[in-house]
Amino acid sequence: MTSVDPGVRDAHNAPEDIKAVPVRHPGRWVAAAVLAVLVAQLVHFLVATSKLRWDVVRSYLFNHQILVGLERTVLLTVGCMAIGVALGVTLAVMRMSPNPVVKSVAWLYIWFFRGTPVLVQLLFWFFLPTVIHSLSFGVPFGPSIVHADAKTVITQLWSVLLGLGLNEAAYMSEIARAGILSVDEGQTEAAQALGMRRVQTLRRIVLPQAMRVIIPPTGNETISMLKTTSLASTIGYLELLGSAQLIYARNYLIIPLLLTVSIWYLVLTSVSYVGQYYLERRFGRGTARDLPPTPLQRLRVLGFGRPAGGLG
Amino acid sequence: MTPMVEAQGVHKRFGRTEVLRGIDLSVAAGEVLCIVGPSGSGKSTFLRCVNHLEKVDAGRLLVDGVLVGYREEGGRLHELREREVCATRRDIGMVFQRFNLFPHMTALGNVMEAPMQVLGRPRAEARAQAVALLERVGLSAKADNYPSQLSGGQQQRVAIARALAMGPKLMLFDEPTSALDPELVGEVLDVMRQLAADGMTMIVVTHEMGFAREVGDQLVFMDEGTIVESGPPREVLAAPRHKRTQAFLSKVL
Ligand SMILES: Nc1ncnc2c1ncn2[C@@H]1O[C@H](COP(=O)(O)OP(=O)(O)OP(=O)(O)O)[C@@H](O)[C@H]1O
Ligand SMILES: [Mg+2]
Repeated sequence: MTSVDPGVRDAHNAPEDIKAVPVRHPGRWVAAAVLAVLVAQLVHFLVATSKLRWDVVRSYLFNHQILVGLERTVLLTVGCMAIGVALGVTLAVMRMSPNPVVKSVAWLYIWFFRGTPVLVQLLFWFFLPTVIHSLSFGVPFGPSIVHADAKTVITQLWSVLLGLGLNEAAYMSEIARAGILSVDEGQTEAAQALGMRRVQTLRRIVLPQAMRVIIPPTGNETISMLKTTSLASTIGYLELLGSAQLIYARNYLIIPLLLTVSIWYLVLTSVSYVGQYYLERRFGRGTARDLPPTPLQRLRVLGFGRPAGGLG
Repeated sequence: MTPMVEAQGVHKRFGRTEVLRGIDLSVAAGEVLCIVGPSGSGKSTFLRCVNHLEKVDAGRLLVDGVLVGYREEGGRLHELREREVCATRRDIGMVFQRFNLFPHMTALGNVMEAPMQVLGRPRAEARAQAVALLERVGLSAKADNYPSQLSGGQQQRVAIARALAMGPKLMLFDEPTSALDPELVGEVLDVMRQLAADGMTMIVVTHEMGFAREVGDQLVFMDEGTIVESGPPREVLAAPRHKRTQAFLSKVL
């Protein structure tokens, strides 16, 4: 930004570009060498140990049952996080409402759902139809407007979505609240001075800026959720891990199947990294200095052989 | 003719501290009122009251003949609903000391936002108007830059364009040049001077006595929540009658 275009520079007056010897990082090379040896040993162990049965891992990687489980894991993660984020942001806004009733409802929700184990909540939703046979909405003690059989409404899938999603919302609400609080009050004031309503201010001005603070911990939550969905198998909804367990209960190839499952979890986690990376860039607009580096820049930061400066 | 702003014994308290203790003033349409005074004297609080950002505790404050913050009905005052408050704010532009531009929108986006969201203008129309306003403040070339890519003076000029986009009949400036490097103050004052020449009614809290003398029709000196002295800027600045005014001006000038 500040440097003059080299073509424009006056050859007589301008000093020559500095050609300094870059700082060497011998420590990095030593660390890399040690790491390489360790990795080689690990690879040797993994490949040479025939008990790990990589052939079995490969054959089950695209097994129909495993893929069905994989699909369910993705569905559950996306569904639960969607419920968690939407409800979490709503709860965060409710907690900051000037209305004391709204505020305490949100507080009670968070208190309850953070205070009890998620597995208990999951089981609760699953077994709810055994005590409540029908769900109805309407005037309390009066006529019901909507009426449905509890068993058909709360299926296995729904009890997982409710159990994990509603629990996640309690945690997401704190993340969202921190994000909203991180936005300068002057922003709200400027929006109000322009005649924008509370909801408009929140949606157009405050939340987009809060996203920068909200996204990283939400990425964390998503990865954590990816793994928490394995609880679904406790109520018989066979997701990735559950499917694998079903298979090795029959053939006893426990370790190879666990490796298969791990590979898929790692793939899913990596995909969510990429998603987070693009979201962060999307909401980092206008704050050019804080944009996360591209994967290529990240490699360069390691600085093998180069001075670690040129972070465009 | 009804004055654009009329304050009669305006009081404002924060808890037990009385920040405004009876402000009386009147600003005619097309006039520029400059407010000066030491830190903590209640200048910002008064501006915020005019724009409904704070509620007046006692006294009457009228903008264009309409009571601020309350509705008079059957001899009683009723608090306004959010919708009504927002509606009155549309006609009042406000410029802040720290700019408060929306950092996630470009200069153009900042100017287009309120007309689209609040007035429901179509995008093309809002864009054309924003382009014209940015040109008016001399920033056509910076339309697609984000606030972080603009100098303080440029940011403040975008903020003025953003306020003008709502077509206000009154503009409030709260120390618009106090956060700027000395060499950037001039460009913002030029825009404000032009605005005054175009007939905009303005209330300007400022420490720029040169601007007050040249552009102001009225100057008010505030201290500890009261108006100590007021009059034509030239007279007050040249020959302050009150001791506190003299003390303050001797430090500022
Ligand atoms: N929200 C608030 N709650 C409590 N006290 C406040 C609040 N806002 C302002 N005050 C107090 O009111 C007094 C007047 O503040 P105000 O910002 O109006 O002063 P000012 O004249 O604009 O000063 P400055 O030149 O420093 O901007 C100060 O003592 C301040 O501490
Ligand atoms: Mg102030």
